[in-house]
Amino acid sequence: MAEHVSLVVNGIPREVDVEPRRLLVELIREDLDLTGTHIACDTSQCGACTVHVDGRAVKSCTMLAVQADGAQVTTIEGMATPEGLHPLQAAFWEHHGLQCGFCTPGMIMAAADLLARTTDPTDDEIRHAIEGNFCRCTGYQNIVTAIRAAAATVRAGVPAPSGAVQQGSAS
Amino acid sequence: MTTDMLGKRVKRVEDQRLITGKGRYVDDIKLQSMAYCAILRSPYAHARIRSIDTSGAKAMPGVLDVMTGADVPYNPLPMAWPAGGSAGIQNNVNTPRALATDDVKWTGEGVAAVIAETPEQAFDAMEAIVVDWEPLPAVVDAEAAIQPGAPQLHENAPNNVVFEWSVGDKAGTDAAVDAAEVVVRQRIVNQRLIPNPMETRGDIGLYNPGTDEYTIWMSSQTPHIQRILLAIFVMGIPEHKLRCISPDVGGAFGTKIFCYADYVVVLLASKRIGGRPVKWVESRRENYQATIHGRDHITYLEIAGRRDGEITGLRVRTLANLGGRLSTIGPGIPTTLYARVLTGCYRIPNVHAEVTGVYTHTVFLDAYRGAGRPEAPYVIERAMDLFAAEIGMDPAAIRRKNFIAPDQFPYENPSGLGTASGGAKIYIDSGNYEPALNRALVMSGYLDAEAAKAEARTRGKYLGFGLSSYLEVCGVAPSKWIGAVGEGWGAAMWESANIKVHLTGKVVVTMGTQPQGQGHETTYAQVVGHELGIPIEDIVVQHSDTQGTPFGYGSYGSRTSSVGSTAAIKAAGKIRDKARRYAAHMLEASVEDIEIDGAEYRVKGSPDKKKTFQEIAFALDLAFDAPEGMEPYLDETAYYDTPNCTWPFGTHVAVVEIDEATGFTDLVKYVAVDDVGNKINPMIVDGQLHGGIVQGVGQALWEGAVYADDGQLLTGSMLDYAVPRASWLPQLELDETVTPSPVNPLGVKGVGEAGAIASTAAVANAVGDALRPIGIRHLDMPLTPQRVWKAIQAAKGAQA
Repeated sequence: MAEHVSLVVNGIPREVDVEPRRLLVELIREDLDLTGTHIACDTSQCGACTVHVDGRAVKSCTMLAVQADGAQVTTIEGMATPEGLHPLQAAFWEHHGLQCGFCTPGMIMAAADLLARTTDPTDDEIRHAIEGNFCRCTGYQNIVTAIRAAAATVRAGVPAPSGAVQQGSAS
Repeated sequence: MTTDMLGKRVKRVEDQRLITGKGRYVDDIKLQSMAYCAILRSPYAHARIRSIDTSGAKAMPGVLDVMTGADVPYNPLPMAWPAGGSAGIQNNVNTPRALATDDVKWTGEGVAAVIAETPEQAFDAMEAIVVDWEPLPAVVDAEAAIQPGAPQLHENAPNNVVFEWSVGDKAGTDAAVDAAEVVVRQRIVNQRLIPNPMETRGDIGLYNPGTDEYTIWMSSQTPHIQRILLAIFVMGIPEHKLRCISPDVGGAFGTKIFCYADYVVVLLASKRIGGRPVKWVESRRENYQATIHGRDHITYLEIAGRRDGEITGLRVRTLANLGGRLSTIGPGIPTTLYARVLTGCYRIPNVHAEVTGVYTHTVFLDAYRGAGRPEAPYVIERAMDLFAAEIGMDPAAIRRKNFIAPDQFPYENPSGLGTASGGAKIYIDSGNYEPALNRALVMSGYLDAEAAKAEARTRGKYLGFGLSSYLEVCGVAPSKWIGAVGEGWGAAMWESANIKVHLTGKVVVTMGTQPQGQGHETTYAQVVGHELGIPIEDIVVQHSDTQGTPFGYGSYGSRTSSVGSTAAIKAAGKIRDKARRYAAHMLEASVEDIEIDGAEYRVKGSPDKKKTFQEIAFALDLAFDAPEGMEPYLDETAYYDTPNCTWPFGTHVAVVEIDEATGFTDLVKYVAVDDVGNKINPMIVDGQLHGGIVQGVGQALWEGAVYADDGQLLTGSMLDYAVPRASWLPQLELDETVTPSPVNPLGVKGVGEAGAIASTAAVANAVGDALRPIGIRHLDMPLTPQRVWKAIQAAKGAQA
């Protein structure tokens, strides 16, 4: 028994028929082939599946696909624009904020949510904001450095090219 | 574009795809007509399988096949590293089958597999399989398992003993302990850990009935080794009929070295359903239940010495839990990689270690980041602190007094590390330990420790400093040594590199090693770019596919930068030599007269007469004018077998504050001074250290896999197992000393494991230092608030 879901993902309207039990992360990965959003824990602990739903960070394994009906969803694939990388993506690259890269999309989406709320976070605020996102490679050190650097970029007025920060600011 | 990139902080070429969601991990791969696999796992730690009824499952929608152990016509999984040596060749090598047949030995052992059109259908049908279980008594603790009357796992392993193995001089050590002025004894537990790479394992099996060939996509550190193990040892198919591909691997930390049952399941399943690809992706719960765990030692240590702090003997007895059946190299971890390096960076003349491997009703144990080498410094570093406390000596001073001195290298350690025949020998080739210790003391504020402790007491805190001076052996290993010592992986340990130069001068470097997040595509490009004088943008590094890469033994044991990079340098040297010969031909000069400056090949004394690397590659590709006897094209392969391992060292200092009222331990400062030799990319080196340190801190303070007495895994999800979080940690402070390794041209040593090897003992020693004033001598890890609070209360009660 399929349920119909209409949603906008990375600015593109999508119509999907799903089983009622389908999770949002499964819709994103399997139905839309946006495999940048990852699954890593099954218990909503690790944050690898973090996306933005209507401008706020959500662990997409905690949400049924049908609950996203009518929503605006941004995934990691929607963060860069033809003009360039999102400041967080650029900062993770510059500051070696990733190693294996598996947690990285979720980490960037969680950090974008933080920067939507404040563009001048302290290190403690950064660490608190990503404590629902596990990384086993970096010890978080360079992730914190990268988020701090991205915040400075945003404060310096470099426009955030993606929906994430802008949506968050509007909410 | 720069060619001056060796030793520089070069941004990683891998990252663009990973930060934009374009990485390609196993679960991201979708193949035409792909089917999905779910594996039914045992709910019991020990049970006989009376029968399995799969008829209901087979009738479920979308189900293509249901397999049980009886359907698997292959051998059990291989075990490639018996303890050997004094243990002899064991006759009780009990390894898992692809699916269990008669009985199960741990909760989570696979017993049946469903193949269906969708993952959901596979899971639904799995629920419909009926197993008639006969539950049996279980034992999960190694010390309990060897007691008389304990539940037995294998008929060929009386008292559940896998092996009894020892190293060192027993008589000399007994005499040293008997004669010593001071002997300190302690039982310490190095608790079981779940490694937790963020990407779980997963694989896709594909059988082609038209060619009788198999392909497997696997999240593996060792695709070449897996081809050997699966084809030759398990399935009995020709090696060249199996292709193993590792796409992007989302972390591994040792867990993805090994041969796993699911590889066999997906390959067989694809064949059984007519050649459709079959995907299996491990859930986190399965990862916790059925992928290897690490550590799990119970150790009785005795450290002997003089009142002036000179250590004269170390006697150690360790029980190593190896799980219900043996993993690929399980017995090698607590033997060669642990007991042979127990004396670490100290000059301890007498050492003897007995190690007993034990079967229990738990998932198998094998290499987890550091693999034996974190367990060893945990023993010796705790022992040094306990001894120092006993004689009232400063922990830094006792380390300094016993360090192997700079003029004592090459140093042969007394636990037989270098003992081998056949002309191969490994020995500690270099080091200078005191400068790293001194630097770490200064950076950490150790010199003002007493004032800091007094200040903390005014706030209801116990403050402690913990030192860990470590020596690591990595960069494994001379193949001759592995062949000669009679223990260890029965295979070679060389590495390989192929370099092809296309006609435009663009370079493809193909490696036998296999990254899992370390940035090999960047570091190899830096090395080859430096060697050939070309920019990193002109180089692509390929790896991870047995079809198209030269054979390699894979990435683990912090060996890639040392062994793999040297193979790449050798291949680049061959390329340069041929380019030089062809340049001489083009420039009508003798080869000896061609001098190479980066990518320019010039005639000595005639600077105008020159050819670029790109011009040479172009001409040699077309080969219109190749001289007699010269093959066209620049394409060279090199193999490198290292003459010795490498020996990173350093001192880490942890500073903790323990809250008297709650027992909560706050890691307030962490300083690491490491000597990993020269660095190809210091940014990547620092990142490796950060991650390793935090995994070791996690063991000291939070992490621990816990089985109930009946064998149920109580820490069965990330809700229950304390993976370190960002908010629990301070910014780490790193510094270095640099003692280049003499065994490879780069002078690099390897850094993947150093952080995890050093940090656990540093944090545990800091907690020990903090609590010593109230009479607490030793606490086992993890040093959770509950455990510390209870100890504080008990100590206060004792004082009252």
